[in-house]
Amino acid sequence: MKFAELKDHERELYYFQLRVGVAGVAVLFAFALLFARFFHLQVMQHDAYASKAEDNRISIVPIAPNRGLILDRNGVVLARNYSAYTLEIFPALIKGLDRTIQELGEVVEVQAKDRSRFRKLLAETRNAESLPIRTRLSDEEVARFAANRYRFPGVDIKARLFRQYPRGETASHVIGYIGRINTRDQERLAELEVAANYRGTDFIGKAGLEASYQQELHGSTGFEQVEIDAGGRGIRTLARTPAQAGNNVTLTLDIKLQEVAEFAFGERRGALVAIEPSSGGVLAFVSKPGFDPNLFVDGIDPQSWAELNSSPDRPLNNRAIAGLYPPGSTFKPYMALAALELGKRTPKSAINDPGFFEFGGRRFRDSKVGGHGYVDLYKSIVVSSDTFYYQLANDMGIDAIAGFMDKFGFGSRSGIDLEGEAAGVLPSPQWKQTRFRRPEQQKWYAGETVSIGIGQGYNAYTPMQLALALATLAANGDMYRPHLVSHIDNLRTGERRHIEPTLLKRLPLKPENLEFVKRAMAGVNREGTGARAFANAGYSSGGKTGTAQVIGMKQNEKYDEKKVAEHLRDHSLFIVFAPLESPKIALMVVVENGGFGARAAAPIARTVLDYYLLGKVPEAALRGAGPDEEGAAD
Amino acid sequence: MAMEIAVFSPRRLAARLAEGIDGTLLALSLLLVTLGLATLFSASYEYPGRVLAQLTNLCIALVAMWLTAQVAPQTLMRFAIPAYLLGMALLIAVALAGDVVNGARRWLYVGFARFQPSEMMKLALPLMLAWYFHKHEATLRMRDFAVGAVLLALPVALIARQPDLGTAALVGAVGFYVLFFAGIGWKVLVGLAVLGIASLAPLWSLLHDYQRRRILTLIDPTQDPLGAGYHTIQSTIAVGSGGVTGKGWLQGTQTHLEFIPERHTDFIFAVFSEEFGLAGNVALLVLYSLLVARGLMIAANAATFFARLLAASITLMFFTYAFVNMGMVAGILPVVGVPLPFISYGGTALLTLFVGIGILMSVHRHRRLVQT
Repeated sequence: MKFAELKDHERELYYFQLRVGVAGVAVLFAFALLFARFFHLQVMQHDAYASKAEDNRISIVPIAPNRGLILDRNGVVLARNYSAYTLEIFPALIKGLDRTIQELGEVVEVQAKDRSRFRKLLAETRNAESLPIRTRLSDEEVARFAANRYRFPGVDIKARLFRQYPRGETASHVIGYIGRINTRDQERLAELEVAANYRGTDFIGKAGLEASYQQELHGSTGFEQVEIDAGGRGIRTLARTPAQAGNNVTLTLDIKLQEVAEFAFGERRGALVAIEPSSGGVLAFVSKPGFDPNLFVDGIDPQSWAELNSSPDRPLNNRAIAGLYPPGSTFKPYMALAALELGKRTPKSAINDPGFFEFGGRRFRDSKVGGHGYVDLYKSIVVSSDTFYYQLANDMGIDAIAGFMDKFGFGSRSGIDLEGEAAGVLPSPQWKQTRFRRPEQQKWYAGETVSIGIGQGYNAYTPMQLALALATLAANGDMYRPHLVSHIDNLRTGERRHIEPTLLKRLPLKPENLEFVKRAMAGVNREGTGARAFANAGYSSGGKTGTAQVIGMKQNEKYDEKKVAEHLRDHSLFIVFAPLESPKIALMVVVENGGFGARAAAPIARTVLDYYLLGKVPEAALRGAGPDEEGAAD
Repeated sequence: MAMEIAVFSPRRLAARLAEGIDGTLLALSLLLVTLGLATLFSASYEYPGRVLAQLTNLCIALVAMWLTAQVAPQTLMRFAIPAYLLGMALLIAVALAGDVVNGARRWLYVGFARFQPSEMMKLALPLMLAWYFHKHEATLRMRDFAVGAVLLALPVALIARQPDLGTAALVGAVGFYVLFFAGIGWKVLVGLAVLGIASLAPLWSLLHDYQRRRILTLIDPTQDPLGAGYHTIQSTIAVGSGGVTGKGWLQGTQTHLEFIPERHTDFIFAVFSEEFGLAGNVALLVLYSLLVARGLMIAANAATFFARLLAASITLMFFTYAFVNMGMVAGILPVVGVPLPFISYGGTALLTLFVGIGILMSVHRHRRLVQT
């Protein structure tokens, strides 16, 4: 037994050593294979490779593609490229950077702004071969530097393509801007496995469509095989694969309509979104104030950057998709539709409005002191009765409200082709659960439901969501994904890709209920809160005013505009679609701290619709004058 | 013991330090490291700090080697399960919360630094498998090899998913060596080989785009001269232009005109080959062969089944790394992120290598005393 075990042990060891021998042979074989390869490369083909390395040092030089253009729906150019001379420094080749810049200043003008921008670029960019100290040199400056070039090794003039936004501030939040590729961009490009296609490219879309359509606009990088001498200087080009320009992107946006809308805003803050209900195409997209995207192109100088960032008006904030506003009374048509659909009200349901709704020992006041008297469902929209909707919200309950509003896209991202869209808040007990931490904050109180009914309380939506909900209502329940791009052209192949309308959902709404709500909204613009702004319009339309509170009022406190600081005044909102039958445009305006919806927002909507439907250009715009206080006097 | 410390003598300290250290292994690995430092100096001419940093890495690695060499294989066995489980846990953590670098989730932050758990698996997996087969030594059956294969497949799958196909294949290879030395049947091996070839086509469809590109570029590097092919084109030129005797230290034009990418890490062999030529390459092959021979010898004379398996598989790991890296630089294997052992710049890899050397030393120290 003992013997057998020992024997086994020995046999096992023998087998192991056999395998070790096999492994040893395999190792030798593999190394022999490597030796054969080395022999092949270093002896047989040595001459060929030696000449490749020693005599013909081939460098592969990337050729950056031209960036695609951005055009409005009628072909008006919104973003283009132009060629200009830049003075560039190769930091790796320079010993005393400060002294060099100092001396450069004697040859061409170098302002403090240029210097601080250069410093910023140097800090932000990794492995950059060259960075611009001056852009857009005049011909004279180019000549002056050329004469002094021998004094500046490591500094050179380059012809580069620059991005230009000929319309300046107009539609700046839509178009966005490009900027230099920084370390973070480099990491993202590496993650997307496209870093090779960005060799030689310095700029990348940072905001707006420039960012969201970056891949389309960029094109593909070409390359040149260049022979270089021992010092690394190019001697001649051996082969060349040209770069392919990026695709041109054409928008659904009408830049003239956009200009009219932005003009109508004047200096006021706010947002406007106009959508074609039958396709989801965005016709106008305003976020005021805007900014000049041209500032970003060469790398923004720190001072302008600080100004844009620290301004209390927050011009870089894209209010149309990232600004959150309570909808105010513009919420009421959807509440009425919900009541009809869920059988909570009929067109004949009526109340007597005393000017307040009492709930849980608290009075929810109507904006009209003394109330509107006898109010049925139609009148509740036309005169915008708060009392009616306090009661309705209480009858429906928060779950039914949230369930219905969710279908219209309230509180969810619309999916528009821009980055940075906010989701907003569709209040519900579940939302409170996840939003708050402390148990007493997590509880939903019945009183909170009451103010939800008039679009106040926790309600907070982006203008884009409010416009999308309206477009869905206007299209009888068909919801199309809002999009800014109409088609993309590949200039090389001539191929055109249309962005087809995407039907997100088809809400099963009863036609008679839709008909009723639309008729009531038409009543708003004919005889209700929107009547003054839409007097003698020359087309039919359905609208709804809204006034969103920025600060909460105490129970017996009366809101007095004059006593409240400007930035705490009510937001003015207006939603409108036109024409009534087969609507061509659904539009949402919010004017921050603009007061009553009828006063600030509705006239802007009227101006935009007049232009879109009738081609009427505002007179003040024709005169070239800025908008005066006329709008506020309405 | 107290006496020993009290009566301090340099000779005694030297004797204590040399205890358990195998001179041959130490000499071979230090020779390789020296060649590496010389090459690194040339490759990172503009960053002399790298050579210093690598020297620091070397000191840490040598301490780790010494400590490992003091641990008996029996004690190492106790680490098998914890090390394997920890490695698996870290790999799962990486999959869930790892840091994405270059599109792959390989790194894990642990407070002060980030590291690659897959590096740890390079030693933890052979340790685990060797322990498992040692435990079932008396009654090894097909079933045990099946269990071994599962233990092998789990970490390999996790690493492949990161995705890091190169490391997955290498960790898989090291695990496979344990199975091989444990005595997996020849018929099974042939069957596996056939199965492997048959599964190439479906495997291809599972590969990421960049992985396919790398394999395709191997066949024709000129297809993608800006991207994946660039590495291969430039490193092949560097190797070929080196000739028989090389261009001389610090004289490599491919290196110093910065044509060779990653020339201090994965592609350092291109620098070496350009500057030292075929003569240098042969010297390197001889050094690696001697290292492998010494390792296999230690394995063949090891006292226990566990020690045998561990020593043999770690030795073949050194070989595999060297072979894959040199093959990649010479343009006969696809570009995967594998360092050249003892030569490439990098602290973690050096640490793993010297801990491996330490294990070999420990196995050698506790070898069978009686030759049968």
